[in-house]
Amino acid sequence: MFKIVKKQPLNPTVTKMVIEAPLVARKAKAGQFIILRASDDGERIPLTIAGYDREAGTVDIIFQIVGGTTMELNTLNEGDYLPDFVGPLGKASEVEGFKKVAVVGGGVGCAIALPVAQALHANGCEVHSIVGFRTKDLVILEDEFNACSSKVCMMTDDGSYGTKGLVTNALEELIKEGNQYDEVIAIGQVIMMKFVCQLTKKYNIPTVISMNPIMIDGTGMCGGCRLTVGGETKFACVDGPDFDGHLVDFDEAMQRGAIYRDFEQHTRDEFCNLMNKEVK
Amino acid sequence: MAERNMSLKKCPMPSLDPNYRNKVFEEVATGYTYDMAIEEARRCLNCKNKPCVSKCPVQIDIPAFIERLANEDIEGAFEIINRSSSLPAVCGRVCPQETQCESKCVRGIKGEPVGIGRLERFVADWHREHSTQAPKAPASNGHKVAIIGAGPAGLTCAGDLARMGYKVTVYEALHVAGGVLSYGIPEFRLPKAIVNKEVDNLKALGVDVETDMVIGKVLTIDELFEMGNEAVFIGSGAGLPRFMNIPGESLKGVYSANEFLTRINLMKAYRDGSKTPIRHGKKVAVVGGGNVAMDAARCAKRLGADEVYIVYRRSMNELPARAEEVEHAQEEGIIFKTLCNPVEVLGYHNAENPRDPRNGEVIGMKCVEMELGEPDASGRRRPIVKEGSEFVLDIDTMIMAIGTSPNPLIRSTTPGLEANKHGCIVTQGEDGLTSREGVYAGGDAVTGAATVILAMGAGKNAAAAIDEYIKSK
Ligand SMILES: Cc1cc2nc3c(=O)[nH]c(=O)nc-3n(C[C@H](O)[C@H](O)[C@H](O)COP(=O)(O)OP(=O)(O)OC[C@H]3O[C@@H](n4cnc5c(N)ncnc54)[C@H](O)[C@@H]3O)c2cc1C
Ligand SMILES: Cc1cc2nc3c(=O)[nH]c(=O)nc-3n(C[C@H](O)[C@H](O)[C@H](O)COP(=O)(O)OP(=O)(O)OC[C@H]3O[C@@H](n4cnc5c(N)ncnc54)[C@H](O)[C@@H]3O)c2cc1C
Ligand code: SF4
Ligand code: SF4
Ligand code: FES
Repeated sequence: MFKIVKKQPLNPTVTKMVIEAPLVARKAKAGQFIILRASDDGERIPLTIAGYDREAGTVDIIFQIVGGTTMELNTLNEGDYLPDFVGPLGKASEVEGFKKVAVVGGGVGCAIALPVAQALHANGCEVHSIVGFRTKDLVILEDEFNACSSKVCMMTDDGSYGTKGLVTNALEELIKEGNQYDEVIAIGQVIMMKFVCQLTKKYNIPTVISMNPIMIDGTGMCGGCRLTVGGETKFACVDGPDFDGHLVDFDEAMQRGAIYRDFEQHTRDEFCNLMNKEVK
Repeated sequence: MAERNMSLKKCPMPSLDPNYRNKVFEEVATGYTYDMAIEEARRCLNCKNKPCVSKCPVQIDIPAFIERLANEDIEGAFEIINRSSSLPAVCGRVCPQETQCESKCVRGIKGEPVGIGRLERFVADWHREHSTQAPKAPASNGHKVAIIGAGPAGLTCAGDLARMGYKVTVYEALHVAGGVLSYGIPEFRLPKAIVNKEVDNLKALGVDVETDMVIGKVLTIDELFEMGNEAVFIGSGAGLPRFMNIPGESLKGVYSANEFLTRINLMKAYRDGSKTPIRHGKKVAVVGGGNVAMDAARCAKRLGADEVYIVYRRSMNELPARAEEVEHAQEEGIIFKTLCNPVEVLGYHNAENPRDPRNGEVIGMKCVEMELGEPDASGRRRPIVKEGSEFVLDIDTMIMAIGTSPNPLIRSTTPGLEANKHGCIVTQGEDGLTSREGVYAGGDAVTGAATVILAMGAGKNAAAAIDEYIKSK
C-alpha cells in the first residue's frame, strides 16, 4: 500500500499528489513513469514521475482528470492509500551532453516535460521552455518552469495569458531569431507533437517526443502500447516512452489512442452518476 | 483390494453444456464425483515398471497414488502426489496428459488410458475442500533466497525452499501472483480461486510475496544479493508477444493474445461493470494453434462473438494445443480454418473524412491457403503457400497467438547473465545454474514458452540445487 502524503489541486482539472514509495523514489529518473491502481478492482494507468525526493522516499505525480480512473484517483485524499504503485518504468530521458535545448509542453504534458527540463538544467544545459495552455485558468507549473529555464514562452489559445497562439508559432520564432538548439523535446497531445516534428524537420533539428499510448502491464508483456517508429514495431513501455519524433507514425498512434473511446465515455458517465448519487 | 474396472473407456469428464458454457466464464469441466473417481482409479493396473511415471516431468508416483484412491484413502493419495508436485490442482487441469503420463499408460494400448490427470485433479480438489490444516512455517535455517516471478516455476521453487527452512521472498511484476495461471489461462479452464489458494498456502509457509516489483527496474539482481540473499532464482517466464510483421497489425481491433487475455483474466474485463475496456468483436480471427489460441478463441466466443475462427497454417493433426482444448473449442462452435495463413489485415479507411471515427478499424483479413510439404527441422511438415489462393476473411477483430519469447528486462540489467539468440537464459544442465554464481533460472525464461509442469519441474530442481549450493558455501 502506498500512502498519499500530499494532495494539491493545480487547476480545476489537474491535481498533484505526493506518494510515499521509497523504492520508486530511490531509482526514479526524468522521463520515467509509474503505473498505479486507485482501487482494488481498478484499471492500471500510467503516469509520469513529475518529481521525487529520494530522502523522503516520495514520488510526485501530476494528473489530469479525464476519465474513470483519474476521477476515482482524485476522490482520494491525503492519508489514503493506493493499492498499487509500480515503477520506475520505461527508459529515462537523455539529458546529458546538450548545450541548448527547447522544451515544448502542452497542457498536462507540461507535467511530463518539467522533470526533463529540470534535469537538463541541472546538467548545465541552457533550457528554453515553451508551454501552451487553452486558457489562463489551466496554466500550471509556471514558477517551476521559470526556475529551470533561461527563457519561458507562455502561450494560450485564447490569449487570456501570455501570448496568444500555438506552441509551434513560438518555437518557429525562436528558431528564426537564430537560436541553435541541439535538440527539441516536445510533450503533449499527439497532434501537437506531430506539428512540432513537422516544423523541426524543416529546420533539421533532432526532436524527441514522449508517447503516451494505452498501457496495461508496462513491462513489455501485452504489446498494447505498440507504435510504429521508423517502420519498426516498438513497445512504448519498455523501448520508450521517448522516441525520435521524426520517425514516429503519429496518425496510427492517434487512431490507436481512440480504440476505447465509447467505453471510456460510458465509465466516465457511470462514475459521474455514482458521485452525483453520493452527493444527493 | 477393490475389484478392478476393466472398461476400455475412461469415465467421461462431466462438463457444462457447450451452448450454455460458451456464454459464461464458469469452469467447463466440473470434475469427477467421488464415485466416478473411485471407478476410474480402479482401471489402473498398478504396473510394476510404472511406464506412466517415466513421462511425468516431476515423476509423480502415479500407481501409488491411484491405488490409495482406489482404496478410498484420499488424503493418502494426496500425500503421495504432494511429495512430487506442489500444484496438483493446476496440473491435473492443464497438463497435456495425452503426450505425457497418459501416453505411456498400458491401458491405452487397447482402449483409453487411465484418466491420470482427472484423478490427480480430483484428489487435489478433495484435499483443498476437506483438509482443515493450513501448512505451518518450518523452523528457519537463517538463509535468504530471492525468487523473481510468481509463475509456476517461481512458486514451486519458493515452496520447496521454504519447506527446507529458507526465508524466501518472491518478487512479482504484476499486482497479483500466479504468472500465466493468473493473467493467461482463463477462469473457465482454471478458476482463479485455485491459484489464489496455492499462493495462500505458500504464504502460510512463510514465503513473502511482493507484488508490483519489476526486477531490473525497482531492484537489480545485484541489489538482491546486497540485501542479503545468498541465491536468486529467475522464473520470469516468456511473456513478450510476437507479432507477424504483416501490414495492418496496428489497426484498431488487432490484439496480441497476451493483451486480450490479460484484459479478460487479470483485469476482469469479462465481468459486467468491469472498468477495463475490451472489444466485443462479432467476427473474430485468432491466429495460431496452441493452447493460447484456443483460450483466446473461447474467450472471444464468450464475449458474444457470432463467429470465431482459429486460423492455423498447418492441419488439424499438427495443432499444438491439448486435445481436450481443441475438442472443447469445437463443441463450443469455434470454426477451424486450418492450412490458412494471414498476409495482411485490412482496415476501414474513409478517404473523404479523415476524422471518421471508424477509420483504422479492422474490416477483414487477407489470407492464403497452405499445403504441407516436406518435414522441417521440428519434424513437422512445412506449410507452403498455394499459388493464387488469396481470399479475404470477413472479420472485425484479430488476435495474434503465434508465440512469445522471454522479456529482455532481466538479462539487460544483469551483467554477466548469458542468454541465447532467442533471448532465453542459458543454464548449465538440469539444476538451472546460469552463467552467474548463485543465480539459477528455470521455466519459460529458459526454455521459451512450454508447459506448467515443465516450469514446475525446473523450479523444483533449482530449489534442490540452491539448497546444495548454500549448504556447501
Ligand atoms: C507513459 C505515460 C505517461 C503518462 N503521464 C501522464 C501524466 O503525467 N499526467 C497525466 O495526466 N496523464 C498522463 N498519461 C495519460 C494517462 O495515463 C491517462 O490520462 C489515463 O490513463 C486516463 O485514464 P482514465 O481512466 O481517467 O481515462 P479514460 O476515460 O479511460 O481515458 C481517457 C484517455 O486516456 C488515455 N488512456 C486510457 N487508459 C489508458 C491507459 N491504461 N494507459 C494510457 N492511456 C490511457 C486514452 O487516450 C483515453 O482516450 C500518461 C500516459 C502514458 C502512457
Ligand atoms: C493462454 C495460455 C494458456 C496456456 N495453457 C497451458 C496449458 O493448458 N497447459 C500447460 O501446461 N501450459 C499452458 N501454458 C503455458 C504455461 O502457462 C507456461 O509454460 C508456464 O506458466 C510457465 O511458467 P513460468 O513460471 O516459467 O512463467 P510464467 O507463468 O510466465 O510466470 C512468470 C512471472 O514472472 C513475472 N515477471 C516477469 N518479468 C519479471 C520481472 N522483471 N520482475 C518480476 N517479475 C517478473 C511475470 O509477471 C509472471 O508473473 C499456457 C500459456 C498461456 C499464455
Ligand atoms: S503432473 Fe501432469 S504429467 Fe505428471 S502425472 Fe500429473 S498430469 Fe500427468
Ligand atoms: S501405466 Fe496406466 S495402468 Fe499402469 S500404473 Fe500407470 S496409470 Fe496405472
Ligand atoms: S503496456 Fe503492455 S507491453 Fe507495453
